[in-house]
Amino acid sequence: MEKKTKAIVLNQKDNVATAIVALEAGTTVVFVKEGYAEKVKLVSDIPMGHKFAIVNIEKGCAVIKYGEPIGESTRQIGRGEHVHVQNLVSKRGNG
Amino acid sequence: MRDTIKFMGFNRPDGKAGTRNHILVIPSVGCSQNAARAIAHGLKGVVYLPNILGCGQMGDDSILVKKTLVGFGTNPNVFAVLIVGNGCETLAPQELADGITSHGKRVEVITIQDVGGTKKTISLGRKIVKDMLENAVKLKREPISLSKIILGTECGGSDYSSGLASNPAVGVACDLLVAEGGTVILSETPELIGAEHIFARRARTPEIERQVLDAVTWWENRAIAAGQDIRDGNPSPGNIAGGITTLEEKSLGCIYKAGTSTLEEALTYASHPTKSGLVYMDTPAHDIEQLTGMVAGGAQIVLFTTGRGTPCGSPIAPVIKITANRNTFLKMRDNTDMDTSKIIQGKETIVSAGKRIFEEMISVSSGKMTKAEKLGQSDFSIFQMNPNI
Repeated sequence: MEKKTKAIVLNQKDNVATAIVALEAGTTVVFVKEGYAEKVKLVSDIPMGHKFAIVNIEKGCAVIKYGEPIGESTRQIGRGEHVHVQNLVSKRGNG
Repeated sequence: MRDTIKFMGFNRPDGKAGTRNHILVIPSVGCSQNAARAIAHGLKGVVYLPNILGCGQMGDDSILVKKTLVGFGTNPNVFAVLIVGNGCETLAPQELADGITSHGKRVEVITIQDVGGTKKTISLGRKIVKDMLENAVKLKREPISLSKIILGTECGGSDYSSGLASNPAVGVACDLLVAEGGTVILSETPELIGAEHIFARRARTPEIERQVLDAVTWWENRAIAAGQDIRDGNPSPGNIAGGITTLEEKSLGCIYKAGTSTLEEALTYASHPTKSGLVYMDTPAHDIEQLTGMVAGGAQIVLFTTGRGTPCGSPIAPVIKITANRNTFLKMRDNTDMDTSKIIQGKETIVSAGKRIFEEMISVSSGKMTKAEKLGQSDFSIFQMNPNI
């Protein structure tokens, strides 16, 4: 992990990254995926520890972190957008 | 199994070993809790259980209460036990005593109705525990194999940092303990939801795998059948503020803390492991009910990760609080024992932090006090399925 890394992608299957510092909209963030550095320009403010999309995610698609589904998008989520309770919902324990 | 590293602990008559040497005052019913507290008050080495149950529970719940209280009495961190009853409760104090005495410990029983009121009960109770203390202080710590350790694992007040760093680091410590022949308990079944397929496939046998999956299904269906939505309570508001959006996300971060060992056994609440290595106990995700279940099952020490911070601690088992959130560590220094935030900053590896946690676990098992112990945290609550009558 580079000292200046500001976001972590945990698994190569993931479509979100986790910000390890608070990041502002408009910032270009570098993250490492499958050994290669990639860039994404943030379109939302991302609080520390929160997630943002590293690819476009269509409505009704699995959001992947740790290489596993963590729920489903409730609307289209653009690359660089904050992924949280406003656009991601759990699929478990609610009938 | 290497079985080379020792900790300094207390040998017990039943062959088990304690990391602490408490005299435990157990109120067998809520009515005698006040007397039990007064008996233990101000006496170093004497602790009491803030138990409010023991009367009015039905069926399986009454069995859980008895099993949990007996489990605390037989826990190797306890030298001797005083049971304080009222006298008319459904859980007979003598039944509790019989369950504990079989482990070779001194157990005494008094009831408020027999002794004749609270003041006399406190006076007699203090006389008994002071006599027990005289013998307890004579027992010295000895080098004991780590294979006798049952380690509970827990995470509470989780945030993004738990799954990224503190839980994987605790997982490394758990693997090191299992390599020494020790036992590790993973519990909190509702926080397996979404990650159960990954955890259960590590089971030694298909039957153990099925037991884990069945327990997860039971909890999920229980919420749905009650017309409830697990999302109302889990993740909690603090989890969500800390970046965890869904229960699946929380669970996937959660299971890292058990390490990578094969799963050897699936236990019901408050049951004692019969295998060494990694075992799973079916408990709620409620921090205190989970902690109580693991300690009743024989855990002599607990590793507890947190992102948001937690004061939680057990009356009889040291609980080491570990965070990877630097801000939480700085803000809650009096509650938090270890900081693993350098993992997230890229300045420490998960393996290196895991080794530090393992070393700290041995120090605390050998007598080093945790922050929760210094603060006198003695959280206790028994899991119940039905209303009391």
